[in-house]
Amino acid sequence: MSKTLIQPREIPEQEELNYLNNGTSLKSWLLTGDHKRIAVLYLIGISFFFFIGSIAAGLIRLQLMRPTGVLLENDTYNKVFTAHGIVMIFFFLVPSIPAVFGNFFIPLMIGARDLAFPRLNLLSWYVYMLGGVMFLAAMLGGGVDTGWTFYVPLSSMYSNTNVSLAILAAFMAGMSSILTGVNFIATIHKMRAPGMTWGRLPLFVWAHYATSIIMVLGTPVVAITLVLVLFERTFKIGIFSPELGGDPVLFQHMFWFYSHPAVYIMVLPGMGVQSELIANFCRKKVFGYHFIAISSLAIAALGFLVWGHHMYVSSQSMYQSTVFSLLSFLVAIPSAIKIFNWSATIYKGDVRLQTPMYYALAFMGLFTIGGLTGLYLASIATDVHLTATYFVVAHFHYVMVGGALTAYLGAIHYWWPKMFGRLYSDSLGKVSALLVFVGFNLTFMPQFIVGWLGMPRRYSVYYLAPEFQAYHIMSTLGSTVLGIGLFMPLCYLTYSLFKGPRASANPWGAHGLEWLTSSPPVTENFKQIPIVTDEVYDFDYERDHREHAEEADSEEVE
Amino acid sequence: MASTAVDTHAHHHPGLHHQFEDIEQQNEAYLVGMWSFMVNEIMFFGGVFLVYCLYRWRYQDDFYAIHHELNWKMGAFNTTVLLFSSFSMVMAVHFATLKDRMKTLMNLALTCACAFTFLIVKYFEYGAKFEHKLFPGPNFRPELEHLNGANPNVAQLFMSLYFGITGLHALHIIIGILIIGILMGFWYKKNPLVTEDFLPTEMVGLYWHFVDLVWIFLFPLFYLIPR
Ligand SMILES: [Cu+2]
Repeated sequence: MSKTLIQPREIPEQEELNYLNNGTSLKSWLLTGDHKRIAVLYLIGISFFFFIGSIAAGLIRLQLMRPTGVLLENDTYNKVFTAHGIVMIFFFLVPSIPAVFGNFFIPLMIGARDLAFPRLNLLSWYVYMLGGVMFLAAMLGGGVDTGWTFYVPLSSMYSNTNVSLAILAAFMAGMSSILTGVNFIATIHKMRAPGMTWGRLPLFVWAHYATSIIMVLGTPVVAITLVLVLFERTFKIGIFSPELGGDPVLFQHMFWFYSHPAVYIMVLPGMGVQSELIANFCRKKVFGYHFIAISSLAIAALGFLVWGHHMYVSSQSMYQSTVFSLLSFLVAIPSAIKIFNWSATIYKGDVRLQTPMYYALAFMGLFTIGGLTGLYLASIATDVHLTATYFVVAHFHYVMVGGALTAYLGAIHYWWPKMFGRLYSDSLGKVSALLVFVGFNLTFMPQFIVGWLGMPRRYSVYYLAPEFQAYHIMSTLGSTVLGIGLFMPLCYLTYSLFKGPRASANPWGAHGLEWLTSSPPVTENFKQIPIVTDEVYDFDYERDHREHAEEADSEEVE
Repeated sequence: MASTAVDTHAHHHPGLHHQFEDIEQQNEAYLVGMWSFMVNEIMFFGGVFLVYCLYRWRYQDDFYAIHHELNWKMGAFNTTVLLFSSFSMVMAVHFATLKDRMKTLMNLALTCACAFTFLIVKYFEYGAKFEHKLFPGPNFRPELEHLNGANPNVAQLFMSLYFGITGLHALHIIIGILIIGILMGFWYKKNPLVTEDFLPTEMVGLYWHFVDLVWIFLFPLFYLIPR
C-alpha cells in the first residue's frame, strides 16, 4: 500500500513484542494507555454485560410460553425486562462497537499510534465499569421496575425500587460514552497519517465520526434529564411530575431527544462495520463511497429532529406530530442510500463467502426489515394502533439485534485474527452465523404478527388472548436457537485464543492500514507511520502494484 | 516529507506524548478535544435552560413575584467578580505565551481569589434562602412575606430551578478552582509542561471563560426578571 516511509523517532528495541505480551502483569493491563488493551478490557466488560442481559431476555421468553406466565411474579417480571433493557442498551449496545472495535481500529485505520487521549480512554472504561457495577448492585439489591425509559412520574414519585442507583448507573454509562466521543473526534481530526485525507478515510471511521458527534451532542441532554429526575425523586421538586406542578411530557421530549439519536449511536457503527465487510469480501471499492460517508452524517443530523415519533399518543400537538412524522420518513433516505450502495457493491463483486460476509449479508436483510417496519411506526395513523405493542418490540429488535448485534458479530469475526493473532474455524463460524440468522428471525418475526394482532409489550401474562400462545412459543423456540448461535462463538473463539492457528498480517487479503501491521499489532501500532498514497478500498491498485510494492519494501527494510 | 519529520524530531518537546508526531499536532488535538467538551457542556446546561424557559413562559407572573426573594445586589456583585476573573484569566494566558512566570502566577492567583469570593457570596445567598425556608422539598414552608404573592408550588419550582442550576454552576466553579490550583502548582514548580507550552494554560482559560459565560446568562434569567 504505502511505499514511502518516514522515521518519526527512534523506537526502542522491544519491537518483537506485540501489544498482548508487552507487559503481562495485571497492573500493566489495568493502568494501560494502549487503545488496543483498553479495547480488550472493554470487550471483556461488554461480553459480561451482554451475558447478564441475555439471561434476562431468556427469563422473559420463558415467562411468555404460557398465557398465565410460567415462572415470574408480575413485579419480578417488570424488574427483569427493565434489567434487560438497561443492560442491553446502556451497557452493551451503546458502547459495543465504538468502545471495542472503534477503540482498537480507528487509530490503526488512520495510521496513528494511539487515540489522542489515552488516559481519558482508560478513564472511560473505569467509568463504564463503575456504572455497570452500580447497576448490578441496584439489580441485586431489589431491582428496578420503571423500564429502561425511566418515565416520570413512575420513576420520580411512585416506584419503590432502586431507581436512584439505576439512574446514576445510566449517568455513568453516558459519561463514559461522552469521553469516547470526544476522544474519537479529536483523533479523527488531528491524528490521521500523512496522505490520509477525509476522502480516503475508511467508512468505518466516517461512521464513528458521525456517532461521536451524536455522543457529544445528545448524551449530555439525557444526563441532565436523569439528574433532574433524581432531584425530583430526592427533593420532591416539581419539574416533571404533574402532582408537583411539573410536566411529564417535557421529560419525554428531553429523554427522546437523546434516546432516538441513541439508536444511531448503536446502529451507525454497525453500518461502518458493514461497509468494511462488504468492500473487503467483494474485493471492490464501495459503490458510492462519498454517498455512504455523507449519509452517515445525514443520519446523525436528521436523527436529532425526529424524537417526537415516540410521543404520538402523548399530549403533543397533532401538528407537531405531523412534522415529526414527515421528518422520520426522511431518515429512510440516507439509510436506503447505504443499503442500495452495498447491494451495488456486491453486484459483480468477487464475493468471498466467509463467516464475516455471512454476517454482512444477514445485516442487510435484517436491517432492511427493521428499517421498513419503522415506517409503520413513523406514520401517525398506524402508530396509534401499534404503540406499545410487540410490533414495536420486534421492530427495534430487528434494528438493534438484526442490525447492531449482527454487525458486532461480523466485526468480531472479521477482526479477531488481527486482534489476537489467531484463526478460528470458519465452518463453525458459518454454522453459528446461520443459527443466529434463523434463530433471530424465528424469535422476532412472530412478534410482528402478534403485535399487529394487539399483544401489548411489558405484559407478564396474556390469558385474555390465549390464541397468542402459538406465536410466543415460536418466539421462545427461536430465542433458544439464537442463544445457541451466540454461545458457539464464545466457545470456538476462546478455543482459538489458545489452540487456533497463527494468523498472518492479512489473512483475508483485505485492504486498509490495519492489515499492514503485524497480527497482533505492536504496541505503537506501526514501526513507521505510513504515508498513504492510494485511494480507499482500491483493490485494483493493490493488484497492479503488489509486485512493485514488494520490491520497494524489501529495498527499504533491508 | 521525510525531511520535515526529522526537523520536528530535532525540537523534541518535553511535554510531547508518545502518540503524537510533534507538539503542533498535540496542541491542535487538545484544542479540538477541549472544544468538543465545551459543546458537550453547552448541551448539558442547555437542558436545564430549556426547562427554565418553558416554565418561565408558563408562569411568568409567579416567577416575577418570587424572583424578588433573590438579592440582585449580591448577584450583580458576583457578576462583576466573575467578569474581573475572566479578565485576569486572559492576562494569565497572555503572560503564559510570553513565558513570564511570575505574572502568570499572579494573574492565576487573582482568578482563584475571585472564584473564592464568588463562592463566599453564594454561601451567604444560599444561607438566606435556607433561613427563609425557601429550599425546595419537604421543608419548603416560607412565610407569606417571602412568597411575595407567588403561588407556593410555582415558587418552589422557581427555587428548585434556582438551586439546581446555580448549584451545577457552583460545582463548575469549584472544579475550576481545583484545575487552576493544579495549574498554579505546575507553574510554581517550573514544570516544562506549562512553561514551555502555553496550551495547558489556554485550555484552563477556555474552561474558565465557559463557566463565566454560563453565569452571564444565569444572572439576568434569575435576578432580573422583568414584569
Ligand atoms: Cu425514535
